[in-house]
Amino acid sequence: MSLYRDTAVVLRVQKLGEADRIVTLLSRRHGKIRGVAKGVRRTSSRFGARVEPFCHVDVQLHSGRTLDVITQVQTLDAFGAGIVGDYQRYTTACAVLETLDRLAAEEGEPVLRLYLLGVGALRALADGQRDASLVLDAFVLRAMSYAGWAPALEECARCAAPGPHGAFSVPVGGAVCEECRPAGAVRPVAGTFSLLEALLHGDWSVAETTNTRVRRESSGLVAAHLQWHLERRLRSLPLVQRDVSRPPVPDAIRARAAAAGEVDDSGMSAAGHWNHD
Amino acid sequence: MYEGPVQDLIDELGRLPGVGPKSAQRIAFHLLAAETEDVTRLQDALQSVKEGVVFCDVCGNVSEQQRCRICLDSRREPKLVCVVEEPKDVLAIERTREFRGRYHVLGGALDPLSGVGPDQLRVRELVNRIGTDEVTEVIIATDPNTEGEATATYLVRLLQDFPGLSVTRLASGLPMGGDLEFADEMTLGRALSGRRTA
Ligand SMILES: [Zn+2]
Ligand SMILES: [Zn+2]
Repeated sequence: MSLYRDTAVVLRVQKLGEADRIVTLLSRRHGKIRGVAKGVRRTSSRFGARVEPFCHVDVQLHSGRTLDVITQVQTLDAFGAGIVGDYQRYTTACAVLETLDRLAAEEGEPVLRLYLLGVGALRALADGQRDASLVLDAFVLRAMSYAGWAPALEECARCAAPGPHGAFSVPVGGAVCEECRPAGAVRPVAGTFSLLEALLHGDWSVAETTNTRVRRESSGLVAAHLQWHLERRLRSLPLVQRDVSRPPVPDAIRARAAAAGEVDDSGMSAAGHWNHD
Repeated sequence: MYEGPVQDLIDELGRLPGVGPKSAQRIAFHLLAAETEDVTRLQDALQSVKEGVVFCDVCGNVSEQQRCRICLDSRREPKLVCVVEEPKDVLAIERTREFRGRYHVLGGALDPLSGVGPDQLRVRELVNRIGTDEVTEVIIATDPNTEGEATATYLVRLLQDFPGLSVTRLASGLPMGGDLEFADEMTLGRALSGRRTA
């Protein structure tokens, strides 16, 4: 196998030497691959744009002694274009990539289902039709289920007593009954378990009718559940912007806007679209 | 493998960005053969870069004093600020001789995969600077790659409704996936003069 070809998602790029990059890919048939893309950082390289994070590519590699060398790349989906234009979708998509990278631990081990879940999540984020936070939570739940770590949502995670139950324990592994409920278990608001269930099974009609409070609660549980099973913390997860509002407006902007007479007493602009904490 | 100090030097050089094992070896033997004064000069330069260089209070560029040469230069237009990722990008833009304003160095790009969010960059300093100084135009000149694009769109969104401020971005012509520092002066100069409203 000196020359091989596969389709893959670009998970990560690192600088190497003057103008090369090490590209980490998650491929359909060869699992995780680390390959060298030569000369891509020069702005004259047309190759470069195709080996950026979020790209879904058809790639040809030459196997080398330590790292494989990328010899050809064709774009299948330039997901990045739809993702980088929005900070919420960008941070969310980064969390998808990092989760893929961590769950596909071994290089070369086929992880078809994970690859498909990843492509699906990136496609949904690039399209921008669905709520980004819901897309992330659905992806994480399904990826965890692929890894054998799906949280118990109906039966008690400890004694398997049929639900519904009112408490959730991350260390125990999901819903817990009153008898098994350990200290530190949380009581999610009503509707959280059905949202988690809907996300796990891709029932968008149910998921999209939920309110912000339920979504936040379920995002918190999904993130905690994921972190619990991974040895190191995900770096991108705390940076995910969860709501669609614009970034918080620092005081300096408000001060200057106020001086220009564009901010009312509440600190909101006349148009009312500035979000601040 | 070489003996003791030579191998140590090769190892240290090999840790530098852009220096592979072969180059490290070549540089090491060049230094071994060089005149003592030449090596001493290099040694002094290395030492003073760690001891003598600070970051400009205003723009975040590397500087010898609290304020860098560009921020102190009264001929540079203070109303116009070009936002870049790294000090090396300031040099790249200075080489074009197209730009007469001042700079703001972010210290990187938004890169959640490396744990870098707005709080890890000099974003707050930029906003404070715009809020207090009479800045009327911000040109965003981040790298034409994924992290650079995401940073640019974040900044545009943050600054777009700032009263009396126009926000522009470098015109295309810079292919995606590259580093600003590798753009030739012609391309970069054209991108600067043909910048578009963000
Ligand atoms: Zn139980
Ligand atoms: Zn300065």
